[in-house]
Amino acid sequence: FFSSSFVLIVQYPDSSRPQFTNSPTMIVMVGLPARGKTYISKKLTRYLNWIGVPTQVFNLGQYRREAVKSYKNYEFFRPDNEEAMNIRRACALNALKDIANYFAKEQGQVAVFDATNTTRERRGVIISFAKEKGYKVFFIESICDDPEIIEANIMEVKVSSPDYENCDKEEALEDFLKRIECYKTTYVSLDDESDRHLSYIKIFNVGSRYLVNRVQDHIQSRIVYYLMNIHVTPRSIYLSRHGESELNLLGRIGGDSGLSSQGKKYASTLSEFIRDQAIKDLKVWTSHMKRTIQTAEALGVAYEQWKALNEIDAGVCEEMTYEEIQENYPEEFAMRDQDKYRYRYPKGESYEDLVHRLEPVIMELERQENVLVICHQAVMRCLLAYFLDKSADELPYLKCPLHTVLRLTPVAYGCKIEPFYLNIKAVNTHREKPVNVDVTRMPEEALRTVPEHF
Amino acid sequence: VLGDMSTEQTELTQTPLLKIWVPWAGGSTNQRRGSSRPQFTNSPTMIVMVGLPARGKTYISKKLTRYLNWIGVPTQVFNLGQYRREAVKSYKNYEFFRPDNEEAMNIRRACALNALKDIANYFAKEQGQVAVFDATNTTRERRGVIISFAKEKGYKVFFIESICDDPEIIEANIMEVKVSSPDYENCDKEEALEDFLKRIECYKTTYVSLDDESDRHLSYIKIFNVGSRYLVNRVQDHIQSRIVYYLMNIHVTPRSIYLSRHGESELNLLGRIGGDSGLSSQGKKYASTLSEFIRDQAIKDLKVWTSHMKRTIQTAEALGVAYEQWKALNEIDAGVCEEMTYEEIQENYPEEFAMRDQDKYRYRYPKGESYEDLVHRLEPVIMELERQENVLVICHQAVMRCLLAYFLDKSADELPYLKCPLHTVLRLTPVAYGCKIEPFYLNIKAVNTHREKPVNVDVTRMPEEALRTVPEHF
Repeated sequence: FFSSSFVLIVQYPDSSRPQFTNSPTMIVMVGLPARGKTYISKKLTRYLNWIGVPTQVFNLGQYRREAVKSYKNYEFFRPDNEEAMNIRRACALNALKDIANYFAKEQGQVAVFDATNTTRERRGVIISFAKEKGYKVFFIESICDDPEIIEANIMEVKVSSPDYENCDKEEALEDFLKRIECYKTTYVSLDDESDRHLSYIKIFNVGSRYLVNRVQDHIQSRIVYYLMNIHVTPRSIYLSRHGESELNLLGRIGGDSGLSSQGKKYASTLSEFIRDQAIKDLKVWTSHMKRTIQTAEALGVAYEQWKALNEIDAGVCEEMTYEEIQENYPEEFAMRDQDKYRYRYPKGESYEDLVHRLEPVIMELERQENVLVICHQAVMRCLLAYFLDKSADELPYLKCPLHTVLRLTPVAYGCKIEPFYLNIKAVNTHREKPVNVDVTRMPEEALRTVPEHF
Repeated sequence: VLGDMSTEQTELTQTPLLKIWVPWAGGSTNQRRGSSRPQFTNSPTMIVMVGLPARGKTYISKKLTRYLNWIGVPTQVFNLGQYRREAVKSYKNYEFFRPDNEEAMNIRRACALNALKDIANYFAKEQGQVAVFDATNTTRERRGVIISFAKEKGYKVFFIESICDDPEIIEANIMEVKVSSPDYENCDKEEALEDFLKRIECYKTTYVSLDDESDRHLSYIKIFNVGSRYLVNRVQDHIQSRIVYYLMNIHVTPRSIYLSRHGESELNLLGRIGGDSGLSSQGKKYASTLSEFIRDQAIKDLKVWTSHMKRTIQTAEALGVAYEQWKALNEIDAGVCEEMTYEEIQENYPEEFAMRDQDKYRYRYPKGESYEDLVHRLEPVIMELERQENVLVICHQAVMRCLLAYFLDKSADELPYLKCPLHTVLRLTPVAYGCKIEPFYLNIKAVNTHREKPVNVDVTRMPEEALRTVPEHF
């Protein structure tokens, strides 16, 4: 009932959620070390979880570090090192066991097996395992020959790995390059002919070229589309809300009001801030609502309006204060506090709906380089959760105050976030989850966390 | 309202039809910095097909063009075969296509240049954004001519090469679309097939596929064996990315798509739009009749989709099979007009009502949506319909009009007036280059909910003129 969809007593799986696939899927990475496998694994996993597909990475390096407490040098990876080979094989089997457990016991839908998987033999083991269990398999192979890219990868994420805690950067680089050589001797790429029945994507040279073979279902199609849209060119994404609005001042949610005088001050200050940042080829996006457009107009540059960036639709509660919601819809108000992510306003939307409608925005943000997104509180929470890998439970309570720009810059495997408060006073619109979320609670308990307003 | 002049900011006003906020500077909207249409690309794009005859180039060209136009990217196909049929009124046989037939080669080259000229005109004078050049383009030389032309004009180029070696598929293609071509009007099928196969041989001698090495700077997708495999090189921008995604989701496996509205609802009976009411007693009858109809159709692995609204779900429940609910299939949001009759809309919002009649596709209800918004939100549904095989979609009037317009290639002007009556199932089956449509009226009486465009759409009109085309209701 939280999602206000018609729930009928049926035996069918939850039909109100999109059916991405009907079996668990193993995504199997393939490629020499320092080809971006872990980068892709983590990013893809973040994306899938955000769109609602429970996904987890199983990184073989971590299993190996568990089994072999201290790493000496590249010789561990020599193909003739039988003792090490046995340990590594055992790790792989443990990882597969954990994957089976993730699917069977933890409602996982996608498992990303992040390892080199560079031999036919190893891939054969995985394929047999999946076949026996009824899992689908999709391979992602990353192929790169550019020594500059390889070295840059190693410097960015390898030299700081636990394996090289006690080495300086030059030593680490040298050892890692020898490690790569160990794999090269036995590396067999996915083959056009003999692997033609497998489902896979080969990514060449960080995305200038892709080979896609036998996409089986919807989720694989979405994964391919995502992989083909991401890039590694350095850039920054700026997230901001509109300037303070007239309805913000009155503590009313939703609506389509214009900026207050403080809001207008923010708009011009934002304009100076953006100019000072001296950003190359900045794109500016707004929603279709007056307050974001007014904010963008002050920047004096071209901007693009996205209806998908509109604030969450509060349905019958549009333009109400929290006090009015408590008075008119006390049960709705309590249910929202019980599950703020899935709760849907009557004739309105839920955060979950918002994420769904923001997916094309995220996809285009991945394609773009420097972008400033001027949006709204709930929308910004959803976008931020994507970049910072926040769960559905955390997402609706992320702090996105007015008059603060968040600059997100990809770094290593994640995102660096820098907040810039532009020092223009504004009301607080953040309502924390109250202690008592029960429908039987007193009004004061519900309203205790409502921020001040006129 | 002059607002706070000290911050020197322009006030905004909302355009009456589209409900877009724009700066209000004495009525002039010339210097608008805000763009409310998605920016798919910043230059015109030429999609250039490559491949031997009977590899599906025209099929892909037409289908892709239909999709791009539906999502709002003005696109047109330029089919070289048509130019050639214009130039050479009557086709004799395959010898026209022999590579040593100099006279024919000159004609064919002239046709290609004419097509390129028309493409330039389409971009410059007709606001086209994408031109699909549907020809074999099998030589490096011909592709070089196209690339130079595009470079000189500032157009982007994206190649789509279709490669297929399976003789069964080739023959099936020839039988489906070639033997019935104007070229073979006076031949029987066997003769036509034989000649066409010889035609293909003429091209094979000079065919050079896009090359991994020497063409590595070009933007292209190679499609192998009707989509089991793709090679994608250097996607440049958003529209090319969407085109690749679309091409990777379409298939040619025979199947049917069934479109139906929910059974007649309580609000339908009262002539009220929108809302979330349940089925009337006639609507419930329809739901069980639909169930029998579906069973009689004996469809293999049928998927059933509904919206999140009570009336479509009630209809699906009667089928007794699993179904999937899509919020994207919800009816158009009529905003402040939700649950009103047309009479009430005329009384309360006469100007809105008139503007809607002036441009029903782009008109957005206050706090609601437009048909244009609907198409945008239905795009993932269309993409998934392309991936799927047999599907029954139980939806709503405006939604069904949008989906139907996609399958039948209807323009934005026709779309909002497509007839989608209650209690009628439309079966769509892909055939040749298009879609066969078969309506099944299940013989359960229902009210009519179709309002034709009135003669007078001016805001000054009398109420009777506005209400003349409102269908009857209680």
